[in-house]
Amino acid sequence: MTLTLQIEDLALSRGGRRLFSGLGLRMEPGQACALTGANGSGKTSLLRAVAGLCAVDSGRIAFGNADPASARASSLHLLGHLDGLKASRTAGEELAFWTGWQGGTPSAMAAAVRRLDLHRLLDLEVRRLSAGQRRRLALARLLSAPRPLWLLDEPLSPLDARWRAEALEIMAGHLSGGGLILAAVHDPLPLAALALEITT
Amino acid sequence: MSAALQLLRREMAIAWGRGGGLLVTGGFFAGATLLLPLASGPEPERLAQIAPGAAWTVLALSALLGLERLFERDFEDGALDLMAHAGLALEFTCALKCLGHWLATGAPLALLAPVAAIALGASPALAPLLFACALAGGLAFAFTGGIGAALSLGARRGGLLTAVIVLPLFVPPVIFGGGALDAFTAGMPWRAGFALLCAYAAAAVALGPLAMAAACRNALS
Repeated sequence: MTLTLQIEDLALSRGGRRLFSGLGLRMEPGQACALTGANGSGKTSLLRAVAGLCAVDSGRIAFGNADPASARASSLHLLGHLDGLKASRTAGEELAFWTGWQGGTPSAMAAAVRRLDLHRLLDLEVRRLSAGQRRRLALARLLSAPRPLWLLDEPLSPLDARWRAEALEIMAGHLSGGGLILAAVHDPLPLAALALEITT
Repeated sequence: MSAALQLLRREMAIAWGRGGGLLVTGGFFAGATLLLPLASGPEPERLAQIAPGAAWTVLALSALLGLERLFERDFEDGALDLMAHAGLALEFTCALKCLGHWLATGAPLALLAPVAAIALGASPALAPLLFACALAGGLAFAFTGGIGAALSLGARRGGLLTAVIVLPLFVPPVIFGGGALDAFTAGMPWRAGFALLCAYAAAAVALGPLAMAAACRNALS
C-alpha cells in the first residue's frame, strides 16, 4: 500500500492565534521529512491537522487520489506526546488492543515485540514503565499494524542512545519499504531527505 | 467486529479496575439509600411508601459517579486521538464506551436497586419491575450521561459540569420510571410509564452517540 501526501497553502490557527500560513509540502513514497520550528510554532498542530484531528483555516491536505477520510482511518499512524496507553493496564493488553484497533495482526505484533525487546515488559502495568519504555511500546504499535504514513512527534526524545539508533533503523526500514515519515523534531533527523521549518 | 468487542472488554476492564468502579458506585448507592430512613424517620409505613421512589432516585444519582472519567481518561492520555482517526467510526466508539459503562456499573446496580427498595420496606412483588426499570433507566442514564461527559471534556472540574449538564436529561426517565413504580404499587396500570422509559432509553441509545462524537471532535480540535 503506497501513499503520497500533498499539503498546499495551509494555514492553521490555535486558540484564535495564527500559527502559520502558506505552508506547502509534497511527499512521495520512501521520503521522510523533518519538521522543525520553535516551541509553539505549530509542529504538533500540523501533525494533528494531517491526521484530521484539528480543522485548518485554509489550504488543502490530500493523500494522492485517496479519499482523505479513509486514508486517515486506515493509512496513517500518529505518535504524539500522549501515547494513548492506559496506566492501569498491562503493556501486553494495551499493545494487543491497539494492534487489533488499527487492523494489525498477532504475528506482526509478535515481530514488533521482538524488534523492540518488549518481552519482559508485557506483564507490567504501563504505569511501571519508564518514559523510554513507554515510547518503545508506542513504537511497537507502529510496527504491529503496517500503515504507510507515520506522523511522529519528537519520536526520539525519551529514548536512550541505543534505542535512538534502533528507532532510526526502524524508521529507515519503514522508508525503504515505501513508507512516509513526517516527524516533528528539534535535532535534524540523520535520515531525513526533506526538511520543513515552520516560521511565522 | 472484533475491534468492537475488544473496545467493550477494555472499557469494562478499566471501569472495574483501579479506582473502585463497581465497589464505589455500589457503596455510594447503598450508603445514600441508608441515609433516607435517617432523614425521614423510621416509621415502616412511611418508609415503605417512599422506598421505590427513593431507590429509583438514588440510582439516577449513582449513575453520575463514573461518568466524569468516561471520556476524560482517553482525552488526557491521547487514546481519544487514536480512536478518532483510526478504527471504528467515532459515533460507534462512543456508543460502545457508554455500553461498557452501563455493563460495568449500571447493570449490576440494577440488581442492587430491588434489594435496597425491599430493605426499606417496599413490597417484594415490586422487585421485577424495579429491576427492569433500573436496567432500561440505566441505559438511558449512561447514554444521556455520555453526552454531558463528552461536552465537559477539557473543562476544569469536569465532573461537576457533567452533573449539571446531565441532570435535566435525567428528568424524563426519572419521571417515567417513578410513575410506573408508583402505579404498580397502587395497583394501577403501569405499562405506559415503563414503555415511555424504554422509548426514552432507545432514543438516548440512538441519538446520544451522535452528540457525543460531535462533542469529542470539538474537544480534540
